[in-house]
Amino acid sequence: MSKTLNYTEFRSRIGDLRGKEYWRSLEELSRSDAFDDFFQDEFPQQAIPLQKGVGRRDFMKLMGASVAMAGLSACSRPADAIVPYVNQPENFVPGKPIYFASVMPLGGVGTGVLVESHQFRPTKIEGNPEHPSSLGASDAFMQASVLGLYDPDRSQVVRKMGDTATWGDFIGAVQPLLKEAESNGASLRILTQTITSPSLGAQIQSLLALYPGMKWHQWEAVSRDNVREGSRLAFGRYLDTVYDFTAATVVVSLGSDFLGDGPGHLRYARDFMSQRRVRRNTTQSVNRLYAVESGMSSTGSVADHRIAIRPSQMEGVARAILAGLGGGGAQPQLSAEAVAKVQSLIRDLQAHRGTAVVIAGDEQPAVVHALAHAINTQLGSIGTAVRLIESIEVAPVNQLASIQELVRDMESGAVRGLIVLGGNPVFDAPADLNFTRAYEKVPFRAHLSPYYDETSLRSHWHVPETHWLETWGDLRGHDGTVSIAQPLVAPLYNGRSAYEVVGALIGGLDQASYQAVRSYWFGRGATEESWRKWLHDGVIAGSAPQPAVAAASAPPASTATTPAGGIEIELRHDPTIWDGRFANNGWLQELPKPQTKITWDNVLLVGPRTADKLGFTAEERDKLSNNLETRFAEVEYRGVSMRLPIWIVPGHAEDVATIHFGYGRELAGKVGNGVGFNTYPMRFSDALHGGSGARITMAAGPTYPVACTQEHQSIDPKVVGERGIIRSASFEAFQKNPDFAHVGQLGSRPGEHDESLYPDWDYSNNHAWAMVIDTSVCTGCNGCVIACQAENNIPIVGKEEVTREREMHWLRIDRYYRGDPDDPQVFHQPVPCMQCENAPCEPVCPVAATSHSDDGLNDMTYNRCVGTRYCSNNCPYKVRRFNFFHYADYDTPALKPMRNPDVTVRTRGVMEKCTYCVQRINKAKIEAEREGRRVRDGEVVTACQQACPTQAIVFGDMNDKTSHVAQLKAEPTNYALLAELQTRPRTTYLANIRNPNPEITPAVEPDTDHH
Amino acid sequence: MAIGKIREGLYGVIAEFNDPQTLLTAANQARESGYTSIDAFSPFPIHGLAEAIGFHKSRLSTIVLTMGVLGGLGGFFMCWYASVIAYPLNIGGKPLNSWPAWIPIAFECAILLAALGAVLGMLALNGLPMPYHPVFNVRRFDSASRDKFFLVIQARDPKFRPEEARRFLETLGPREVTDVPW
Amino acid sequence: MAKDEKPVHELRPESQAERIPERFIPVPTIEPGHSFSTVTDHISTIVLRKRTPIGWLLGFLFALGGVGILTISMAVLIGKGVGIWGINHPVGWGFDIINFVWWIGIGHAGTLISAILLLLRQEWRTSINRFAEAMTLFAVAAAGLYPALHTGRPWYDFWLFPYPNTMGLWPQFRSPLMWDVFAVSTYATVSALFWYVGLIPDLATLRDRANKLWVKRAYGMFALGWRGSAKHWYRYEHAYLLLAGLSTPLVLSVHTIVSFDFAVAQIPGWHATFFPPYFVAGAVFAGFAMVLTLAIPARKFFRLEDFITMKHLENMGKILLATGLIVVYAYAMEWFYGLYSGNIFETYMLKNRATGPYASMYVALWICNGLAPQLMWFKRFRTSTFWLFVVAMFVNVGMWLERFVIIPTSLHRDFLPSSWGMYHGTFWDWSFFVGSIGLFFALLFLFLRFLPMISIFEMRTMLPEAQTHPEHEEAH
Repeated sequence: MSKTLNYTEFRSRIGDLRGKEYWRSLEELSRSDAFDDFFQDEFPQQAIPLQKGVGRRDFMKLMGASVAMAGLSACSRPADAIVPYVNQPENFVPGKPIYFASVMPLGGVGTGVLVESHQFRPTKIEGNPEHPSSLGASDAFMQASVLGLYDPDRSQVVRKMGDTATWGDFIGAVQPLLKEAESNGASLRILTQTITSPSLGAQIQSLLALYPGMKWHQWEAVSRDNVREGSRLAFGRYLDTVYDFTAATVVVSLGSDFLGDGPGHLRYARDFMSQRRVRRNTTQSVNRLYAVESGMSSTGSVADHRIAIRPSQMEGVARAILAGLGGGGAQPQLSAEAVAKVQSLIRDLQAHRGTAVVIAGDEQPAVVHALAHAINTQLGSIGTAVRLIESIEVAPVNQLASIQELVRDMESGAVRGLIVLGGNPVFDAPADLNFTRAYEKVPFRAHLSPYYDETSLRSHWHVPETHWLETWGDLRGHDGTVSIAQPLVAPLYNGRSAYEVVGALIGGLDQASYQAVRSYWFGRGATEESWRKWLHDGVIAGSAPQPAVAAASAPPASTATTPAGGIEIELRHDPTIWDGRFANNGWLQELPKPQTKITWDNVLLVGPRTADKLGFTAEERDKLSNNLETRFAEVEYRGVSMRLPIWIVPGHAEDVATIHFGYGRELAGKVGNGVGFNTYPMRFSDALHGGSGARITMAAGPTYPVACTQEHQSIDPKVVGERGIIRSASFEAFQKNPDFAHVGQLGSRPGEHDESLYPDWDYSNNHAWAMVIDTSVCTGCNGCVIACQAENNIPIVGKEEVTREREMHWLRIDRYYRGDPDDPQVFHQPVPCMQCENAPCEPVCPVAATSHSDDGLNDMTYNRCVGTRYCSNNCPYKVRRFNFFHYADYDTPALKPMRNPDVTVRTRGVMEKCTYCVQRINKAKIEAEREGRRVRDGEVVTACQQACPTQAIVFGDMNDKTSHVAQLKAEPTNYALLAELQTRPRTTYLANIRNPNPEITPAVEPDTDHH
Repeated sequence: MAIGKIREGLYGVIAEFNDPQTLLTAANQARESGYTSIDAFSPFPIHGLAEAIGFHKSRLSTIVLTMGVLGGLGGFFMCWYASVIAYPLNIGGKPLNSWPAWIPIAFECAILLAALGAVLGMLALNGLPMPYHPVFNVRRFDSASRDKFFLVIQARDPKFRPEEARRFLETLGPREVTDVPW
Repeated sequence: MAKDEKPVHELRPESQAERIPERFIPVPTIEPGHSFSTVTDHISTIVLRKRTPIGWLLGFLFALGGVGILTISMAVLIGKGVGIWGINHPVGWGFDIINFVWWIGIGHAGTLISAILLLLRQEWRTSINRFAEAMTLFAVAAAGLYPALHTGRPWYDFWLFPYPNTMGLWPQFRSPLMWDVFAVSTYATVSALFWYVGLIPDLATLRDRANKLWVKRAYGMFALGWRGSAKHWYRYEHAYLLLAGLSTPLVLSVHTIVSFDFAVAQIPGWHATFFPPYFVAGAVFAGFAMVLTLAIPARKFFRLEDFITMKHLENMGKILLATGLIVVYAYAMEWFYGLYSGNIFETYMLKNRATGPYASMYVALWICNGLAPQLMWFKRFRTSTFWLFVVAMFVNVGMWLERFVIIPTSLHRDFLPSSWGMYHGTFWDWSFFVGSIGLFFALLFLFLRFLPMISIFEMRTMLPEAQTHPEHEEAH
């Protein structure tokens, strides 16, 4: 097409192209009164601080009107032909969901998903069993992205200097810029995040080709530069590492949270834990995990041995390991105890050459990655448990260098136009670069983003970006496998995808993302059939790059610099709101952080001893944390000083403070505005992941409420153990006495000695739904919690209500510690409703609002409940949740299509609780009845079970002795929580079994003394 | 009874006394001299007065007992019927007929009905409420609720002759004797 | 009203002429030489007098303020939801049920005095029973508020009553809350009947004593045409005794059932077999404390020292001591059970009560209910209105604390440490409490103004000239 474009002609073409829809939506917006309010709010100077609790919901109601019409468009099927996963659209039955395969991007890397769609409203995300990065599992971000899709705070219109404009205006405005770029390409820049999408990559390449000299910069706040640079140090080029934990017997994590975070973590968790399932007679051995880290991560929390060190000591440890393998004797500068651990660790590695893996965390310096590669080479694990592949990114670069160059050029005025495709650099670029100042020197600034955020505010042009559920696309998984992303709905808020924007820049005005992706792949030999198959399967088979052959070069000379003393700061992205992009997602905001159980906040995490040193005594801590409060600490770090609420994490390395970034957004939306503290100012380009030399002092003044869902400080160490809540032993001890979970006061197995004066209720000629949760393999990742929230329309309540202990999650993950607070063992215990056969909640209800079904479910009849809360009082597991206020949002139209139509939305004054996903059970029963058979094992999958990456949750029919759940119930490690109360819970647990190195922990008789 | 409607003629003859003792003896004498339809009025219960005017039976106990039994059985039946017959539900694995749980309600129902029986029975037997009664026509009768005591010989008494009755009452040392018109 | 007598306000027993100020004529007394008429006139004049004393007005307005607070609180509660209270996930019941049990307990003394003491022929009860019964009624009214309003959806409370409906649904009769519904409503009904029956003869007196026609009519309507016929009295006394006989097991059952709310549940600190006697004793304890709290100022204000004598007060002091000791015994037994049973949950619960975050409450409880009543061992405290009042106030507070210790302190740390939490009353919790106290006093003030606070006809029977032979015994 011609690059010289007559403007008017161009406008008319826009008109032809999308005129109808485009005018329609603009009219609606301008007509709606509420839109004006919404519009006002988008002006920063008038930005309203987040109103919590009821207030926030009120706002949602107000917002409602402005998106009413947009919401409607959710009913319309996407224009372009998309292919459902299971049923074909033609035999689409109203009321029956259809599943579509797609792929969700995070940090540029894709994870395959199946999207449940009711009448073309996406309502639920599941993992795609055929996608290598998921294998059917899903994490919190995948689950919560449904809420992100319908979020009424999303940007809904193109803006020019904050005023409503049109896509056409924008295209028009870009033309002169492009014209200039023809002569001077370097004047035009684009800034993207990490990109693995082949077709988008190709588009950008052709754009660059079109304007010679034009530069493409990349910046992802959750930086993986160290991974890239590490591989270059080791192999001379950018390679990605893929691990196969099914082939690993000993794993050493150097600050890596591979079980809970980063590309492929779902797959890694699945593989790793598959080697840890202890079953009587069948399990001969289990793998062993050493975690060397500072803050407590999911990986560290399930490790057999955890060595808490300061970040600056990591390189020393890595070198010691490498030297140790080579027979050398370099000693890390650590406590004698830690050194001893490292020594046995090295011996353990040597003993398992070929099946031992060392994995370095994304936050670790490049040299540590290089050393890890060297160690794996030494161990001969490369090719077995470790696979090297060419980088899955389209254009792997050192993103820090890339953005530094961009800032330099912007400062010098060399950049005439900058188009930011996604991301929020104004908020998350390294503080010392002063990105904002440089950015504002650029004469033409355009920003594509889902929200009108901090960067949009400082841009001339803002284009609303489509949600990944609204656009076509393609992405690579952690191992390079390509998946095609299908839109589930036409864009709700007239968003544009990066494909469309780049397409428009190239000049392909009518190139929708559909053409962009399709033409790319048809240009590479795709056929209608293959295309159809790809969409159907959600993966392009065989698209993963072949293993690269490379050997790690000799470890580079030491670059270790002696730390500047003081307290070391470890900077990490937030576990639930990532780099801040999910700040407006209520589900993720209210999701308890995996280790701290804190919601709606980022705090300063330190270990108990450090707190003592700071003069924050244990007594005071207990007193405050009892009331979910804490004190502020003053952090001074490289000239930045900040007041942050301090929080104590047992097992956190001493003289180290972990700080999460991503909070403190100003323009996130009504949910995320002003929540938490913006800690990006502490992020310097030469120390993206923290550094030493910080001073921390306890600040005087008022205490700060922390919405923590589990106060642990005050728990008497003996309590948990003597109550047999957690039961654990080493693998050795288990082999000696498989019955360890039932010794002494822990009493008998479920089903034994639970005689009652009353005759038993007979469930034998029906289903007997039951659940078994394997505490050995639970990493506390929260996938189940938020899956439950999405499946069951569970409302969020806001920080204030959480601090009043009114969170609504039906499923919670209890976290307990055992042993020395400086080096505790951590235990995760998901607690849904136990579905007791002798449910204590039922006889106390005066109106029979909760009763037992014939298949043994503890049913809750919402519309009969008057709300006496007696059932909750009498529930020993405290799994019942009460609507103290009208938490559910009945009014916001945008949120209505999001809800699961099979589940009631509860009203004020009603008790609710886990139902074992009764809607899924009934669906299966109806299906089975139609086919005149019994429900098959595995036919009913609860939401939590489906999400769980480690398959810790197993659900099924106890009466079917062949069922998986029945077999697990027969395991010797199977125990019931508080069995002595004779509640006969249908949910039981498998005791926690770890595999400590006998060198370090001599085998002890199983004890259950936790806190 | 005579609500709203006023009969012609004489209801009876009434004597007013100053103290309970005189009334009691008067009543006894009246009965002994053969009068049957007599009634006495006092500001507080006086032992033996009822017997004195020849009244000594109250069916109240029977009523209360019956009501109590009915209440108890009814309460128990309600619980049993609702939980076993009308809408059987598996509540916490307990049997449908968890009869020990019905006892408190059965008990409360028994008490409630018995108490109602006692009060309503008492009122009914006493023919209350009765807004109008001939004795209220007696000029000084309002002090019957304060400090005076009255004895009436009703006209319907077969032995009743107005003159005799008056004379007879005069002999009992009353403060004053008057006719009670309907 | 008798025309040939001097008007009421000129009647005056010479003996006390100078002691009594004008506004309190005629002089109350049951001394020899004083007649049915003076008793009648004094008590009925308190009700029938035209001038309303300023003190009463002030008190009533003050109480009305409380009612106002209650009304506002109820509006907010129904508008927003029970979330305005401090309750949360471990602690589902807070002030709502604490106050419910507190008020219900207070009510019990009234029934006890009027029924049990009647059966035991305790003559001294006569002058305080009317008053105590009224207290019972109003306490039950205040108590009734809470179960009705504490539900998440109060507008569906009627589902707790068994009534035929198209859904064929019934309440769930295994729930102690259902037992509560029956117990409390029965208790309220029977107490009201008992009280009203006792009032009928006095209403007749008021009917006959009133001067204004409409006042006559008003009292007359409720007097049901009572005319003091011998037959009526006969059945009346019979019925009254039967009611007393029925109320006695009732009053015991009511607090027993209230205690089942806890004893039937399995929360450590609730699940205990000795709760029924423990609660009943506690109720009587609380009730007598409240009777004292009210009677002491009332007898001062209305100059009833001659009717409510030191004998009454001292007896109540003794009952306070006796029931107090039972309660302390119960506290001790909790420890015995907890430690002797070796049940880890019970043991921890006790440890938590004594040393946990709410330890101060527990200590205060012991001081108020354990120590304070011990003063009642000594006559000089029992016979001092000041000390009686002080002790009574301690007990009022102590019994509230007891319920706090039982309810939130047991709930906030039960079985799974992961779900432990804390409970704090909010502004609205307190406003409801203050409001219910306001309601109680408002009703009480109305009662004092418009009904005889002492049973007139029973006082008459106390007079010597009420005695008749042959059978020589006081007549009831």
